Amino acid sequence: MKQRKKVLLSWTALVAASLLSSHPSLANDELTKASKDPKQWVMQAGDYANQRYSSLKQITTANVKELRPVWTFSTGVLRGHEGGPLVVGDVMYVHTPFPNVVYALDLNNQGRILWKYEPKQDPTVIPVMCCDTVNRGVAYGDGKIILNQADANVVALDAKTGKELWKVANGDPKKGETMTGAPVIVKDKVLVGISGGEFGVQGRMTAYNLKDGSVAWKAYSVGPDDQILVDPQKTTSLGKPIGANSSLSTWQGDQWKTGGGATWGWTSYDPQLNLIYYGSGNPSTWNPKQRPGDNKWSMTIFARDADTGMAKWVYQMTPHDEWDYDGVNEMILADIKVKGTPVKALVHFDRNGFAYTMNRETGELLVAEKYDPAVNWATHVDMKTGRPEVVAQYSTDKNGEDHNTKGVCPAALGSKDQQPASYSPDTGLFYVPTNHVCMDYEPFKVSYTAGQPYVGATLSMFPPKGENHLGNFIAWDASTGKIVWSDKETFSVWSGALTTAGGVAFYGTLEGYLKAVDMKTGKELYKFKTPSGIIGNVTTYEHGGKQYIAVLSGVGGWAGIGMAAGLGGDTDGLGAVGAYKQLANYTQLGGVLTVFALP
Amino acid sequence: MPKRLALAAAVTLLALPFSVAASAADGSAPTATKVAAEAKPYKVEGGKVDPGTYNGYRRYGESCMRCHGPDGAGSSYAPDLTDSLKHMDYDTFAETVINGRKNVNTANNNVMPSFGTTEDVANYLDDIYGYLKARSDGAIGRGRPQRIGD
Repeated sequence: MKQRKKVLLSWTALVAASLLSSHPSLANDELTKASKDPKQWVMQAGDYANQRYSSLKQITTANVKELRPVWTFSTGVLRGHEGGPLVVGDVMYVHTPFPNVVYALDLNNQGRILWKYEPKQDPTVIPVMCCDTVNRGVAYGDGKIILNQADANVVALDAKTGKELWKVANGDPKKGETMTGAPVIVKDKVLVGISGGEFGVQGRMTAYNLKDGSVAWKAYSVGPDDQILVDPQKTTSLGKPIGANSSLSTWQGDQWKTGGGATWGWTSYDPQLNLIYYGSGNPSTWNPKQRPGDNKWSMTIFARDADTGMAKWVYQMTPHDEWDYDGVNEMILADIKVKGTPVKALVHFDRNGFAYTMNRETGELLVAEKYDPAVNWATHVDMKTGRPEVVAQYSTDKNGEDHNTKGVCPAALGSKDQQPASYSPDTGLFYVPTNHVCMDYEPFKVSYTAGQPYVGATLSMFPPKGENHLGNFIAWDASTGKIVWSDKETFSVWSGALTTAGGVAFYGTLEGYLKAVDMKTGKELYKFKTPSGIIGNVTTYEHGGKQYIAVLSGVGGWAGIGMAAGLGGDTDGLGAVGAYKQLANYTQLGGVLTVFALP
Repeated sequence: MPKRLALAAAVTLLALPFSVAASAADGSAPTATKVAAEAKPYKVEGGKVDPGTYNGYRRYGESCMRCHGPDGAGSSYAPDLTDSLKHMDYDTFAETVINGRKNVNTANNNVMPSFGTTEDVANYLDDIYGYLKARSDGAIGRGRPQRIGD
C-alpha cells in the first residue's frame, strides 16, 4: 500500500514534469531573456550568437587603468583551466579541469561556497585525453547546471543544490572518447559534442532532452547518410545538393568508422532560423596517405535544424586534411554588411589560417582570407569550389610518408585554436586571439587499436622564419577580410576575448597577464599578472551596481605542451630559435579565478 | 603478481631484439656489445643517428609526445624525460612504460597509461629509450634527427 502510494506520487510528479516541459520553448525563453541581460553571463559564449560582447560600460577606455583585483578563488586543481565562470542571478558557477569539480559561489557573500560537486571518475581517462585534461565550462538552463565530464558522462545538477538529477554516458573512454567541450542548451535540449580525434573516434553531435537525459537526436560527422542526418537533395554545400553517400564516397572502405571529425569546439544558435552551427575536427589519422579521399565531413561547418538535427547546409574547409587543421573553432553569428550588402553572416576563424565569412542562412561563401600573413600552406580559397589552393611544397600528402615537410604555417595548433574571438556591434569588428606558429610535419604509417593514440605524424613547432613572437591579438574586418590592427604577443594568445560597450577589449596571455586594450587602436590600457598563465575566457557581469571582469588562470592545454622548453627546433638553421624564451620562466601551474573591478 | 610476471616476460622479450640489433650493428661479440650498448643505447655520427634511434624518435612522436612534449622536453602536465633519464635506469624506464604510473592526489592528477600491450610502443621500447637517452645525454638536439646515410 505504502509502496503503491509512492508509485502513484512519482507518476503524478512525472506527468506534471512532462506537462511543464512539453513546452519546448520554456527553457529557451528563460535563457534567451537572461542572455540579453548584461548583468548576467549565462552561457559560455555570452550569448547564442557566440559574440562574447557585453553592453556594460562602467569600465571604459578612460578609467580601465584604475582596474584592480577585488577577490580571488582557488579551484584546488593544478591543470589547464579553459572556459570561464557563469553568472546566473546572484550565483557564480565555476568549473575545473579533471576531476571536473563544479562550485556554486554566492556573489552576495564574497564568493562563499553554496555547494560543491565532484564527480567520481576513473583517473585512467586522463592519458586518453589529448593535450591536457581541460574542460571548457558548464551550461545553465531550466534550473539545471549541465557538466560534460572528462570520462564522457553528461551530468545534470540542480542549480540550487548541486544535487545530481540525471547522468548519461555520451561515449566510451576505452575507445578514446572523452569530453572537453562545453554543453549548450537550446530550447528543451542539451547539445553535446565528443573529443577523440587522435584516437580514431567517429565524431558526432548529440542532443539530449534536458528533462531526463534521453537522446533526442544524434548526428555523426562521417558515415552513411542516415547516421550523418543529411537529406541528399535538401542538404546543400555552397548552394548545391550534396547528393547520396556524400561522406561514404570520400573514404576508402570502412575507414570512416574510425574517421574522426570530433566535435570538441563551440556551438552557436540562431533562434530565428532555428539552426545550430558547429564545426568538425580532423580526419583520423594525421597521416593523409593512409586515408585517400576528401574525408567528408571532417573539417566541416555544419548548419543543423535544432529540433531534428537534420543538416541544412555543410561546408568543408580543408578537404583531405594533411596538417591537423580541425574545423571546430567557434561560429560567430553577426548581422553585418559584406561588401555593402547586409547579410545574416557567420564568421569563423579556422585553424587552417583562413577567416571565413558565410551567409548563415544559405551557406554561401562570401569571404575567405588569411588572418595571419604567415599562412603559407595554401595560396587562396577558390570562391567557386570553396577549395583551398594547396601549395605543393607544403603538401604532406604529396611529399609522402617518412618525408619531413618543413616550414608549414600555421602549425597543427592552427592560426587560432578553440580560444574564442569576440564581435563588437559597436565597431563592427572581430577581436581575435591568434597563434603565430609554424611546423615541420612528417606522416608515417600507423595501425588502429581502440583506445590507443592514432596519430601517425610527428611534428616540431617554431615561430615563423625570422620572427620571435608566437602570437598576435588582432582586430579583423570580416567584410573585406583584412586585419585592422595587430598587437604582437610573446606567446600564443590562448584566452577567449571579451569586448564591451566601454570600448575596451580584454584577453589573457600565457604568461598570466589579463590585458585591456582600446578596441579602436589596439593600444594597451591595463595589464595585471594573475597567478598562472591564462587559457580561460574573459567574462564580465554586474553585481550590486558594479561591473566586474573575471578570468580563470591555470596554464596548460595544448599551449602547455611547449611549457617546459618552449617551442623550436635546433636543426636546419633554426638554431637561433633555440634561444627562444621558455614559458616556464614566466609562469607555473595554477588554478585561480581572479575578479576585477574599479575602485 | 601477474603484473610482475608480465614485466619480467616483457623485459626478456625486449632484451632479445636489443642485443641482436646491437651485434648486427657493429658485428662484435654479443656479450661485449651488450655492456657497451647498455651504456650508450644509440649511435650518433656527425650529428646523424642510427635507424633504431630514429625509429625511437618517430615512435615517441606517435605515442608519447602528446603528453611529454616535443623532443622529450616535458609539458605543463608531464615530466621532462631528458631530465628523468639522467636519473632513471633502463629497467625502471621499461617498468614505467609497460605498467604505467599513477600520481593522483590533492596536488596532482598525473596518470601515465600502461603501454605493455601497445604494439607501437612495447615492440620499440629500446628504440624509444635510445632516442630519449641520446636527448638526455645531449648527444642529439631538438627536432627531427637525421639518419646516418641521409
